[in-house]
Amino acid sequence: MSALKLSLHCQGDDGFALQLDCQLPAHGITAVYGPSGSGKSTLLDCIAGLRSPQPDSVIGLDDEIWQAPGVTVPSWKRRIGYVFQDARLFPHLNVQQNLDYAMARRAPPGTIDLDQVVPQLELDDLLSRAVDTLSAGQKQRVAIGRALLSSPQLLLLDEPLANLDHAARQQCVRCLQRLSDELQLPMLYVSHDIEEVSQLADHLLLLDRGQLVEQGSLLELCSRLDTRLSHEEQAAAILTASVMQHDSAFDLTQLAVDGQPLWVNHLPYSPGQIRRVRIPARDVSVCRARPQDSSILNILPVTLSEIEDTDSARVLLRLSLGSQFLLARITRKSVVELKLQIGDPIYAQIKSAALLMEASDQA
Amino acid sequence: MSLNHAELEAIYLTIALASITTVLLLILSTPLAWWLSRRRSTVSATVEAIVAMPLILPPTVLGFYLLLMFTPDTALGRLWQQLTGTQLAFSFSALVIGSVVYSLPFVVQPLQAAFQRIPQGLLQAAATLGASPLDQFRSIVLPLARRSFITAASLGFAHTVGEFGVVLMIGGNIPGETRVLSIALYDSVESLQFGDAHRLAAGLVMFSFVLLFLLYRYDRQSGWRIRA
Repeated sequence: MSALKLSLHCQGDDGFALQLDCQLPAHGITAVYGPSGSGKSTLLDCIAGLRSPQPDSVIGLDDEIWQAPGVTVPSWKRRIGYVFQDARLFPHLNVQQNLDYAMARRAPPGTIDLDQVVPQLELDDLLSRAVDTLSAGQKQRVAIGRALLSSPQLLLLDEPLANLDHAARQQCVRCLQRLSDELQLPMLYVSHDIEEVSQLADHLLLLDRGQLVEQGSLLELCSRLDTRLSHEEQAAAILTASVMQHDSAFDLTQLAVDGQPLWVNHLPYSPGQIRRVRIPARDVSVCRARPQDSSILNILPVTLSEIEDTDSARVLLRLSLGSQFLLARITRKSVVELKLQIGDPIYAQIKSAALLMEASDQA
Repeated sequence: MSLNHAELEAIYLTIALASITTVLLLILSTPLAWWLSRRRSTVSATVEAIVAMPLILPPTVLGFYLLLMFTPDTALGRLWQQLTGTQLAFSFSALVIGSVVYSLPFVVQPLQAAFQRIPQGLLQAAATLGASPLDQFRSIVLPLARRSFITAASLGFAHTVGEFGVVLMIGGNIPGETRVLSIALYDSVESLQFGDAHRLAAGLVMFSFVLLFLLYRYDRQSGWRIRA
């Protein structure tokens, strides 16, 4: 199994020191998540060779060593692609020439081609444009294309969508998902936006002040109570669901989560497709018996599997739903009054579930 | 209004001196300006100060020291004598060396300013796309600084045409060898040939004005300036 091996020590810009010892899977999208100033960009710069870590650091992808005691491979010899937050297109070249710049310098064998990247990133109409006439979203798509055309073994993305408006951001996310599926190219994706991370990532690396806090599969990390993630205000469980059917009379779509039905606003996906659903902990409440006359559509039988105090007033519950988990944030008073015990069969009432593609698909 | 043989010779010599000096300056200044544009240290500040000195010093001071260096009893003078069999002082080659020193800031500073305007981020992006440092310079820096190269070359050329003090000190007044336009003009005034002096002076004024006018027209945005 190929892996990105990191043993990194590097002085950051704002006082902290990045100190990291880990192995990351060299497949799929790994999100590097953490508050600003936690060393995310420093990590990417070290991997790209744009910043020198301490001499005892080791960076290697599969059999290739990029950094080790006595070894420093310069940036331009590392087979990485880097998409910066500020696109960094060459201003004296047009879009086509920016793409050609990468093609002309890539190491053989180049496996990614222009006629693959251009349609995937919807660049067809932009090729002859000067780069200063592009919108922020268009620039970023060109930058992604340019990085891909250098045929990297690893694609680094440093908050590539941070400066984009919502529509451009969704378009880029769609493109990245398609590319990740099609190209089998491992990506390291820095973000401080948990929504973006939930949409894209397979794997998660949590950083804080230069230290590794947690790493693992996104779906698993999001459903655990002992991570920093679940203690954030916007904590949410992420589940995979398959599209079952559409109810055109009420404009709803029915999904199935481990066999249980979940209704969301009508979505343009055909039955059978697998999608991620993000369910915020604050939108889930529990009850002992199934309410008969509630306005809430989604009431699912679950088993209480864990309880964790988050502050003096509130607790977080982990509810198992088949093989997946929901999170619920309720008051400690409710736990006492409902006499909740681990293992209890209860009902989860879900006020909203967002399917991770469009923003306004709540039910 | 026609030019006599001596004047034509002076014009030819001046153009040759300015052209050779400009070419040498571009070769020398490009790496120097690049280095200065990427460094902030005591060493680089020292080098910057040395490069800018000809802007402040009376040319005669520069000429005086250069003359001392060029005499056959210094190491440089001796070496030159051994290699070429001729004396360095009072030769065309001495003028070229003097002019390079004298006009250095006029070429280095516009280039340095242009290089400083090129974002480090673009070079990093080029590096991640597989461009070696030399390739980055050729494919990113040179095209983006193209206008400033023209500015720098023009300023270096014009400033060399206009030099007088340094030439007088290290070149003397040998027709066909070191007698450039500004010296010829000085000669005419000395010998009270005001008609000749007018022709040469007016010609130099026209040349300078047209060149600077074209430069300002051509390079409005980049705002080159000479800092002393």
